[in-house]
Amino acid sequence: MARILVVDDSASMRQMVAFTLKGAGHTVVETSDGVEALASAKSGSFDLVITDVNMPNMDGITLTRELRALPNYRFTPILTLTTESSAEKKMAGKQAGATGWLVKPFNPDQLLATAKKVLG
Amino acid sequence: MSIDMSQFHEAFFEESFEGLEIMESELLTLDVGEGDEEIINTIFRAAHSIKGGAGTFGFMNVSEFTHVMETLLDEMRDGSREVTQFAVDSLLESVDVLRTMLESARDNTEVDEDMVAARYAVLNGILKDKSSDSSAKEDAGASLVEASVDKPIAEGWQISFIPHTDLLMAGNDPVRMFRALSELGELSAKVDYSNLQPFTELAPEDLYLSWLLTLTGGVSQADIEEVFEWVEDDCDLTITPLDVSVQNEQASVAEPDTIVREPVISNESVKEEVPEISVVDNAPVTKKPAVKPKKATESASIRVGIDKVDEIINLVGELVITQSMLDQVGEDLEANAEAVSANVDSGSQKTNADILLRLSKGLAQLERNTRELQDGVMRIRMLPISFVFSRMPRLVHDLSSKLNKKIELLVSGEETELDKTVMENIGDPLVHLVRNALDHGIETPDIRLAAGKPEVGTLSLNAYHQGGNVIIEIKDDGAGINKAKVRTKAIEKGVISETDYLTDDEINHLIFAPGFSTAEVVSDVSGRGVGMDVVKTSINKLGGRVVVESEEGKGSVFTIRLPLTLAILDGQLVTVGSESYVIPLIAIIESLQIDRAQINAVAGKAEVYKLRDEYIPIIRARAVFGLEDKKTDLHESLMVIVEVDGAPVGIIVDDLQGQQQVVIKSLETNYRKVETMSGATILGDGTVALIWDVNGMVNVHKKKLNNGVIKA
Repeated sequence: MARILVVDDSASMRQMVAFTLKGAGHTVVETSDGVEALASAKSGSFDLVITDVNMPNMDGITLTRELRALPNYRFTPILTLTTESSAEKKMAGKQAGATGWLVKPFNPDQLLATAKKVLG
Repeated sequence: MSIDMSQFHEAFFEESFEGLEIMESELLTLDVGEGDEEIINTIFRAAHSIKGGAGTFGFMNVSEFTHVMETLLDEMRDGSREVTQFAVDSLLESVDVLRTMLESARDNTEVDEDMVAARYAVLNGILKDKSSDSSAKEDAGASLVEASVDKPIAEGWQISFIPHTDLLMAGNDPVRMFRALSELGELSAKVDYSNLQPFTELAPEDLYLSWLLTLTGGVSQADIEEVFEWVEDDCDLTITPLDVSVQNEQASVAEPDTIVREPVISNESVKEEVPEISVVDNAPVTKKPAVKPKKATESASIRVGIDKVDEIINLVGELVITQSMLDQVGEDLEANAEAVSANVDSGSQKTNADILLRLSKGLAQLERNTRELQDGVMRIRMLPISFVFSRMPRLVHDLSSKLNKKIELLVSGEETELDKTVMENIGDPLVHLVRNALDHGIETPDIRLAAGKPEVGTLSLNAYHQGGNVIIEIKDDGAGINKAKVRTKAIEKGVISETDYLTDDEINHLIFAPGFSTAEVVSDVSGRGVGMDVVKTSINKLGGRVVVESEEGKGSVFTIRLPLTLAILDGQLVTVGSESYVIPLIAIIESLQIDRAQINAVAGKAEVYKLRDEYIPIIRARAVFGLEDKKTDLHESLMVIVEVDGAPVGIIVDDLQGQQQVVIKSLETNYRKVETMSGATILGDGTVALIWDVNGMVNVHKKKLNNGVIKA
């Protein structure tokens, strides 16, 4: 099973995402902003990063860009959790190097299906 | 996999209420105009989190509502919308509504749909304000519901998938996509490696392959597109049905956006709600006004209680009776006149006396009817002051936590009615006075305790009617005005000179001088770019006055006196030269006949009059108007004592006439601005009388005195 880094400033969302992924047998590390996430990413290795976009300190787009600059995360799947369904906002994530996105609101099943898409 | 989502609700509510607190306090610090980007960002983020969470945990009403707020904030953030006070206030009120919605969701109770709808209407009204803003509504709730256009289902599909060489860079992998496709149906793949570079030139991260895939089984085009959703810009993709019968319906997938977003808030529901703005805006008796009355909707409409309308209809009925009564009198007089001209002696003397009696009775009745009708009509425009007062509890609540002070707010007289226009313009000055009292007046708990006062400071707001005026009092039991500090500051700022002798009262009123502020650091609470002089000016513009009484260590009372209406003024008619003038009664303290013994001429200064224990400056109206003044001895002259900036000033007039209500006509729109006059009116005999602006009179007098036009 995979090691997944979950990044969200909202405790409830983080809990929900982590709980769901753990329930599917994954190992989850929770962080609450981009700065924390980047530190965790550097000190460990992950098969998937799931990050919120709007966060204090460092947002998800910046985090994605920073991760892609790290040799270990060049090809690691990164999914953004976005409330915006407009193409423009999704593209901001893609341009920063995100693999894909998951539009809020989503339910646990959608989350698992999306994770499966990149974890194979 | 089924997960009980309710286990996350507690965390969601907790962070949402925290988010609301952040939104509220940040909104209160947000400056009108440009708006600090960081502050707006913080507010936006809080709203965004609530929206996302609410959607995920199934509170769709919260999510939808937050989305509209977020749209507005987004426009403020990217600078396409100006940060107006109205928008900020609306957002603050929206925070309240959101809180109620969240509480209802948490406690499983019913939400007041009317309140929510009203707020939607206001927010959408703001969003609609900008012409280019249709996108806001189109986007509203877009994230919540995605209805895809019916995509054809075919027995088999041929998929031409030609990835760009950099497709792998973002972590996408064709193998995983093929696996996903193979779960949808029977997949066979033909790989085209004709683009493969010679091994020496091969970049391991680049993708040179392309595929022709065949997928059979009843698969919908939408499902196939979903697999390629993240890479649609990173490849050339063509999806063709193998079944010829659906050929016509087939859409090329190279078109990226075939998904149509259907807004949850449909245009129709928006249209229905928008006209309600005016209704809500003016709803006279709602305890908590949903909307702060605002200029933009000023000309809209007003909601009037049926009792007020009935009263007017009743009064008009009485007027009709009076009219027919006077009509009868007129006919009788006419008959008499004919009899006289026909030289018929019919004892008309007596009849005439009788008719005259009826005439005078009728006229008295007409006067009463007119006055009552006027009052009745005026009451249509009256709203309870709770419209403005209701903004205060939150303001006090927020500021006290921000300032680390403990403050209890006492509000009384909320039902006191006030003209709508006056109401709309008194809100901001009142907010400023309250902020000022909290910021500069009431001390922090430790200072209060050290001074032997209760830890919790008290701020009381009171409103009541007094003699055709509305009085609003803002009273605090704080530190009071530090007179020494004010005096020093005023000298520093050149408002007064060091040798000026000022009474305590005069020193207190220096805080209303332009550009005056004693706060060492302009705090973000009361220092919002408006000084007390602006407060005073706004109140004066409404034909009102503000005075302050303050005792050091005990606290201050700001008293605002406002006319009930802006259309009609209670005035004192006076004569100066050959003209009649109107002095607003609201400005007059008393009128008296001068006693020579009480006049003092101070060297180098104008004359002063000893009124009881006070010396008050004397201004000769004739001198101000540049009229010839033969009177050297003022003995037995008439003097009207008016209040200017909290201090009495005596103005000498030629004669005092009666008091009457006059209808105010603007001088500015009909002529031009005149410093000494606030307007004009037409008197009963058809002549025009100018209405004095007593502040202007005093200013002009000062100028003329300084220029030597008037001799001291």
